[in-house]
Amino acid sequence: MDQPDFVHQALLLSLLLFGIGALGVFLRKNVITVLMCIELMLNGANLAFVAFSRAAGTLDGQVLVFFVMVVAAAEAAVGLAIVIALHRHKDTLDIDAFNVMKG
Amino acid sequence: MDQALFYASAALAVLSALVVIGQRNPIYSAFALIVTLCSLSVIFGLLGSPFIAALQVIVYAGAIMVLFLFVLMLLNVKSEQDAPGPAGRTLASIALVLVALFVGQAGYVLWHLAPGAARSFDASTHRMAEILFSPHFLYVFEATSVLILAALVGAVALAKKDA
Repeated sequence: MDQPDFVHQALLLSLLLFGIGALGVFLRKNVITVLMCIELMLNGANLAFVAFSRAAGTLDGQVLVFFVMVVAAAEAAVGLAIVIALHRHKDTLDIDAFNVMKG
Repeated sequence: MDQALFYASAALAVLSALVVIGQRNPIYSAFALIVTLCSLSVIFGLLGSPFIAALQVIVYAGAIMVLFLFVLMLLNVKSEQDAPGPAGRTLASIALVLVALFVGQAGYVLWHLAPGAARSFDASTHRMAEILFSPHFLYVFEATSVLILAALVGAVALAKKDA
């Protein structure tokens, strides 16, 4: 292979980013940081899509990445609105404070 | 040259991702996440996807992260103070083991996958638009606009003062 195309390395990097994001979701206590870790996991998945699209030579993976980005934007908007409502309700962003379903 | 750029951006992405989860102050986490997203954009470019690379900077680093920073500064978030107690420590080590197990297994599968060498690959914006607006994806594309509108209305309704 004279022209390196980075598919293997990109797949491992995507796995690493997904793992770091998952660890952050478990370890962090701030709601906003947890949301950011979810974005990190989504980016790992996007990188895997692009790498597989490159390996297969088709563009379907790239279109999927486009849709993932749209959904991520919608998720961030709604998620942050929920965070604002929670902060107004309890005056904290600690995940452990939000342990009852009853308002 | 390409190889050096790839490994440099990959290392930068992983390091700043570690800063994202290791940092107690969420503002620093947000800035580290922006670094991760921008270095991922470089990697998308090296994988031959200029359209996705541009979207990554414009949509993720530009729009989504500004939204995060806006909310962080609006709510005046302080950094986490309390160290985790013994119960939290146990949960954290369980999470660490589970994630390590997952990464190990998936890494084994991915390493032995051996994807075929890329054939001719044209992911220019022109080709992307042709596929995105082909009958195959057109309706999905239109549905996403409804999704964005619903998210917009939902966000406004959720964050309203007397909700």
